[in-house]
Amino acid sequence: MSSKPQDTTVKFDIVKNRRKFFMISGLILIIGLLSMAIFGLNLGVDFKAGTRLDVYIGKEFSTADVEAAIKSQVTDVSFKSVTKFGDQNAWATTTFDQTIDPDHLAAIEKVLQEKYGDQVSKQESTVNPEIARELALKAGIAILIASAGIIIYIAIRFQFLFGIATVIALLHDAFIPIAMFSILRLEVDLTFIAAILTIVGYSINDTIVIFDRIRENLRVMKVKTPEDLEHMVNVSLWQTMRRSIFTVLTVFFTALAIAILGSEGIRNFSLALIFGLISGTYSSIFIAAQVWVSLKKREMAKRRYTPSPQEG
Amino acid sequence: MIKWSRFVLFLLVVAVLASLMVTTTNSTAKNITLGLDLKGGFEILYRVEPLEQGQTVTPELLKATAGMIDKRVNIGGVTEPEIVIEDPDRIRVKIAGVTDQEKMRELIGKPAVLTFRDETGKVVLRGSDLAPDGASVGFDEYTKEPVVILEFAEASKFAEITRQNIGKVLAIYLDEDVLYTPRVNEVIPNGQARISGGYTVEEAQELADILNSGALPANLVEMQATSVGASLGTMALQKTIYAGYVGGALIFLFMLFAYRMPGMIANITLAGFIYFCLVVIDWMNATLTLPGIAGFILAVGMAVDANIITYERIQEEIKSGKTILSAFRAGQRRSFITIIDAHVTTLIACAVLFYFGTSSIQGFAIILTMTIIVSIITNVFGSRFLLWLIIKANMFKKPFWYGVKESEIGEL
Repeated sequence: MSSKPQDTTVKFDIVKNRRKFFMISGLILIIGLLSMAIFGLNLGVDFKAGTRLDVYIGKEFSTADVEAAIKSQVTDVSFKSVTKFGDQNAWATTTFDQTIDPDHLAAIEKVLQEKYGDQVSKQESTVNPEIARELALKAGIAILIASAGIIIYIAIRFQFLFGIATVIALLHDAFIPIAMFSILRLEVDLTFIAAILTIVGYSINDTIVIFDRIRENLRVMKVKTPEDLEHMVNVSLWQTMRRSIFTVLTVFFTALAIAILGSEGIRNFSLALIFGLISGTYSSIFIAAQVWVSLKKREMAKRRYTPSPQEG
Repeated sequence: MIKWSRFVLFLLVVAVLASLMVTTTNSTAKNITLGLDLKGGFEILYRVEPLEQGQTVTPELLKATAGMIDKRVNIGGVTEPEIVIEDPDRIRVKIAGVTDQEKMRELIGKPAVLTFRDETGKVVLRGSDLAPDGASVGFDEYTKEPVVILEFAEASKFAEITRQNIGKVLAIYLDEDVLYTPRVNEVIPNGQARISGGYTVEEAQELADILNSGALPANLVEMQATSVGASLGTMALQKTIYAGYVGGALIFLFMLFAYRMPGMIANITLAGFIYFCLVVIDWMNATLTLPGIAGFILAVGMAVDANIITYERIQEEIKSGKTILSAFRAGQRRSFITIIDAHVTTLIACAVLFYFGTSSIQGFAIILTMTIIVSIITNVFGSRFLLWLIIKANMFKKPFWYGVKESEIGEL
């Protein structure tokens, strides 16, 4: 016997308060769903077809001038009003409803170069509707298959109930950044999918470390009553608490550094990561383990009425 | 009793690693191929459509078209284009570091069907009637202007055409654009025609090259295009690397503060981890893209997790009253399974991303997979070996060195 689970101080009874955590997550879920139903997601050209144009201006500029430059070259296609972004608001961005011919984009760049100088430079992303549909479909399939693969692995390495609890936490963590992006009107593009999958992988990492400890303590401590079970999970959570916090801190440092200091191209990616990191850590402690406790208690209650021979 | 041999071995390993990193990191990093989002360039996905209705796109046609694109990119002076055929009818072209992207796009997409048409608009000669490498650059004797000289495979055929059109205009078309409208003054017996259109030498050479490479065997339709200006790519790279330094430095300080001696070892293996990842990226010839770098920086955070899980365990074991050595052994054993379970799930996600993702997401998945494998080697086995040497050297016996206070240690 190495660390003594019985001796671990439980600073705060997480398991007792699990309904409150379920309610907090439920509330976020409802707000997120409402936002998605009302506003939808701000889909980028990767999923919607059209052309996205980012222009680095590199100095003070007015969005009206940029819009005028666009109108002078592209007359018949509507586009979103130009917004500023990036360091010192040196970038202008807009999205066209239709795909724009590269010649027109080059002409826009030229007009802006004449006005603001040679440092003006553009980046462009054009997707036609067929490809956009294909990408969206592929992204959906990818998330489903990745989730299924992970669930199967956990069901084999752990138990079925752990698997279910992990899936619920996983869906929770995939949903929170999506909801946040809908609420904050941030653009959802292809790298966002990569971010969501990274989060899913990370959040499961976190959940597994906690479940590993629960599984271990389940062997060491005698769990006979629902109270024993609650105590054991509390102890397990507090034993792994330092690790959970330290790990999220180290990953958080890097994600935050990319979000603040990194290039504009991956800003949304790192924002999605940050939302996911927070919700992933939160859900591992306050949702995944709690869901497992609820499920396990129900299973224990059932067994009491119909004792099975293999119960130990 | 202090065992100097272990400590010297530890120092030796660290010294070898350090000197390896100091001497080769720069050249390795320079060797790594950067994606177009970091160096500027463009990526276009074309759909290949047959020239005439009713024809189907065969693998042979795709291959021929891809070969033709390659030739044309070379005309533009780009040496390492990436041209990939994607089933059933697509070709993806990635070209990094091009300054004049519009020109390059035009060059690739041009069908380049050369025709000679008489005054009624009837096509009388085609580009396919040219001799192999039949287009070249010459100079007009009088004006000294560069001209494109065309040489036909059969001089007699061209002589016949000129005879029929004496005194008339014989227009030369490239696709649907009129290049030149010369009036035929006499029969031309030597099979040579010229296009003089006020070109510069470069323009004339480019036209000659396009004509020599022949017409595209199919139509290309742009389906998806991404382009990044060269200066923007460099800016993105610098900013993201800087962000990586800052994030890394925070992790280093944190680990030292939280775990002392083992934290120090975690930092050494983390430096090794970053170095070996760079070496492997270079060695795999992988292209580093912006999401790839982000995945890499994230992997640094996750690699540290392996150390945190292990050190937390070791601290627990020390607190329960074990000696440093047996705490180390128990901690390693117990944390290992957890780390493997956690990593396998991430590998599953990577495999799916790779299978379903488009090119830049695939890059992200490859780099994340690679980092997980390197991380197990450096941050699990490497870190274990170094910590074992330090503990065996008997130099750091106080719990303080492992971030544990004496008062926290329980009775056994």
